[in-house]
Amino acid sequence: MKAAVISFPGSNCDQDAIKAIVSTMQIEADLVWHAHTDLSSYDLILVPGGFSYGDYLRSGAIARFSPVMEAVANEAQRGKFVIGICNGFQILTEAGLLPGALRRNESLQFQCEMAHLVVENASTPFTANYHFREEIIIPIAHGEGNYYADEATLDELVQNDQIVFRYADGHNPNGSVGSIAGIVNKKGNVLGMMPHPERAVHTLLGSDDGSKLFTSMLTTWREMHGVR
Amino acid sequence: MAYGEPSAQEVKDQKIYRTFGLTDAEYDQIVTHMDRLPNYVETGVFSVMWSEHCSYKSSRPVLRRFPTTGERVLQGPGENAGIVDIGDQLAVVFKMESHNHPTAIEPYQGAATGVGGIIRDVFTMGARPIALLNSLRFGTLEDAHNRYLFSHSVAGIGGYGNCIGIPTVGGEVVFDDRYSHNPLVNAMCVGVIVHDKIAKGTASGIGNPVLVVGAKTGRDGIHGATFASTQDPHAKERSAVQVGDPFMEKLLLEACLELIDTGKVVGIQDMGAAGLTSSSAEMASRAGSGLILDVSKVPVRETGMSPYEMMLSESQERMLVVMKRGEEDIAYRIFEKWGLEATVIGQVTDDGFLTIVDGEDIAAKMPVTALVDDAPIANRPSMRPTYLDTLEEVIPASLASTDLHHDLLALLSSPTIASKEWVYNQYDSMVRTETFVRPGSDAAVVGIPDSKKAIALVTDGNGRQVYLDPYEGGAMAVAEAARNLVCSGAKPLAITDCLNYGNPEKAEIFYQFERSIDGLSEACRVLDTPVIGGNVSLYNESHGIDIYPTPIVGMVGLIENREHITTSAVKYVGDVLLLLGEIQPQPKALAGSEYLAIKQPQNALSYAMPAIDLQKEKALQDVTLAAIQQGAVQAAHDLSDGGLLVALAEMGIDGGLGVTVTLPDTTDPLSLTALCFGEQPSRILLEVKPADVEHVQQLADKAGVTCMAIAKVTEQLHFEVQQNTKQILCATLEEITASWRDSIRRQMQ
Repeated sequence: MKAAVISFPGSNCDQDAIKAIVSTMQIEADLVWHAHTDLSSYDLILVPGGFSYGDYLRSGAIARFSPVMEAVANEAQRGKFVIGICNGFQILTEAGLLPGALRRNESLQFQCEMAHLVVENASTPFTANYHFREEIIIPIAHGEGNYYADEATLDELVQNDQIVFRYADGHNPNGSVGSIAGIVNKKGNVLGMMPHPERAVHTLLGSDDGSKLFTSMLTTWREMHGVR
Repeated sequence: MAYGEPSAQEVKDQKIYRTFGLTDAEYDQIVTHMDRLPNYVETGVFSVMWSEHCSYKSSRPVLRRFPTTGERVLQGPGENAGIVDIGDQLAVVFKMESHNHPTAIEPYQGAATGVGGIIRDVFTMGARPIALLNSLRFGTLEDAHNRYLFSHSVAGIGGYGNCIGIPTVGGEVVFDDRYSHNPLVNAMCVGVIVHDKIAKGTASGIGNPVLVVGAKTGRDGIHGATFASTQDPHAKERSAVQVGDPFMEKLLLEACLELIDTGKVVGIQDMGAAGLTSSSAEMASRAGSGLILDVSKVPVRETGMSPYEMMLSESQERMLVVMKRGEEDIAYRIFEKWGLEATVIGQVTDDGFLTIVDGEDIAAKMPVTALVDDAPIANRPSMRPTYLDTLEEVIPASLASTDLHHDLLALLSSPTIASKEWVYNQYDSMVRTETFVRPGSDAAVVGIPDSKKAIALVTDGNGRQVYLDPYEGGAMAVAEAARNLVCSGAKPLAITDCLNYGNPEKAEIFYQFERSIDGLSEACRVLDTPVIGGNVSLYNESHGIDIYPTPIVGMVGLIENREHITTSAVKYVGDVLLLLGEIQPQPKALAGSEYLAIKQPQNALSYAMPAIDLQKEKALQDVTLAAIQQGAVQAAHDLSDGGLLVALAEMGIDGGLGVTVTLPDTTDPLSLTALCFGEQPSRILLEVKPADVEHVQQLADKAGVTCMAIAKVTEQLHFEVQQNTKQILCATLEEITASWRDSIRRQMQ
């Protein structure tokens, strides 16, 4: 298994993502500059957090036009694993790979804190190693993480079991509808989430609950490809 | 003249130099150095180079008193940032700088560009920035303008640091009305570097090309440096405040580090205060060389800019780079990849002049030594302020606490003591995934990538204490910073300082400045933490009122083994809390305290403080560090603002556990108050397993440090205080937590 971490001008969680992939999955991870147009040799594509192009416009609104995004869409279509974290989630919604949008936090402030999440769907490639309804702690750090989707889309998300993470009861930090913290696409191979699992892979960082997200992908990929 | 500027004769006759802040005597000196009348551009360049901000004319002679050398010091003051060795060919680079005046005018951009500037100082040295801290002072939050300055400064600091992807891991905020119209924003940046990658700000090698890299130049911030050296910024123009672009700086950071890594860079310097003028003059001065620069080649984002405007622009996110001759292409290639410009604008010469040409025309030609080394020194008169001789030695019994419960809650909810979550939750403190101790403990701890080492970082300063006793207060600032690091398990290495004072032309203010530097210096010598850089911010006065003398110490310590990382939160029920240092402080310890500031706000600062014994302080710190390194300490907390009960309450709140305190007997209510809330320096609380108590006590005894079991960690979620088997205070953990945690948020709503 081989991973690509996309680097846009202004990405700043790209190195953290590589570190987390390498330490938890023990696989090769390349930093791929946004000008690249071919991602076919990768099994996992991670769109990291940061402030792509400064995010002076709506977050992610410019990055979606980067050359690499067409390749991301192609690989998503082919069933590769794609994760967008924080700014990456914003980019994936802007690019139409995931439904909904991320608005400014209800507090109108940037918020960085440990967030309590509930795993709502433990049968995605990204959550296979968690238990259903497991409570985990993963940090958030964003100014625009307030997830919004209209009623019809929300119904669809629920019906298809696309809601993967919700903020735990009474801990909705940003005003997201239905306390949604992370969703997958209909096919289940593209995940977007505001919390940063790559920042929770070691107890020294305050939590290692994010490790299982990475190892889940490895488990699933090996099962799919019949590798031990 | 093409730009309609006054002639050299007109500059002299109409005394135009005065509008740039030059005195008649200074102007005459310039004429002597030049051996002719300086033209308009030259006068402007001299005025910024000789401003307080660039030349340190008031402070230079005093700053020489700092100890600046040590075994680990690889670079002391004089470069863009100082460097300290941490072993294994690794070093930390750090510096702190003020951005007070811009913040008073335009808090978001003022604070943001302060962060941007200090980051550039660190990566200019070739170091990867890994952490930010900031030390803030505002007026009290009852005032709407103070709330505006506070919230926008915090947003600006976050806006810059969050975007560029460097975690803001610590700092401090103090509220006092002496800072009402003159907030302090001091930003510190810390980076790591491998020894052989250190870059310097020198322009050497005749014929080597000089490049401007990064953002384009505009008219923003012209005369910002001069503006920072004058009284009452409110009277000044807003246009002198620069605007920051953290995205641009992120690209510049990556491009510069990539460029330095090629080994083809001769020298590199941030274009900060006084822009192209000071960066070029300082680089030439360090190398003893000269420079010829063609301003018509500088990439601009406005049309019709004159050489004067080019030289004095403080447009942000720019660097001046000297490359090895013939290697310019490397710079072009790297900067193009990052979507930035790199443009050759001149070259290094050996004539000792800074020559500015505008295409064919010579716009200015000035001796580099005159600009940098011959900047005048202002020998400011110094006089002991009379208020120091009228301080009362005895605190009246009437100031004793009559309700410990009420006073403890009042202290915990005082914004200076209360949780700063409202502030630091707006900062990304975790990006780079090396932050092991986040904001809220005694010091932040950050891991060194690819190494077992970690560093602890802190900023500290207490303006009230320095006001009451400049010498002792200065020493206490260093001692407290070191104590905070030790409580985190680190050995203190070195400091950077931001020296914030009022108007140095007042003899009393200059006395505060001089004496506090003596105190800082002495503490640095005793605690073996040399000064490796910093900055001075004078003229912090508004409407005739000077701020408290507020030197801020930024200190870095080393943790060789990550297992020694210690926080202030209590960990285990049944553990014992030991108090090390003075057990029963005299009532005098209430002088300058937060307790008195709340109890008697009008004349809280009318009593003399106890002195600090630096030898005792050193012994206390050595014992604490030894106990931590031997694995005998579960939590450690420095006793400072609010005194003993506040410190114990904070440990319980952080750990989410109860604490039962057993106080020694006291003879009268004032002594009890001093015991509970006095701010006697040189004291530390340690959480120790019952089985380790004797061992730690022996360590302390051997070092001559007083040590006493003062409290126990309990399962019952109460904060309880007993004396002589009587309960004298009982609060629920929930109650004290609410007072402490929600105070600032409540006031900001």
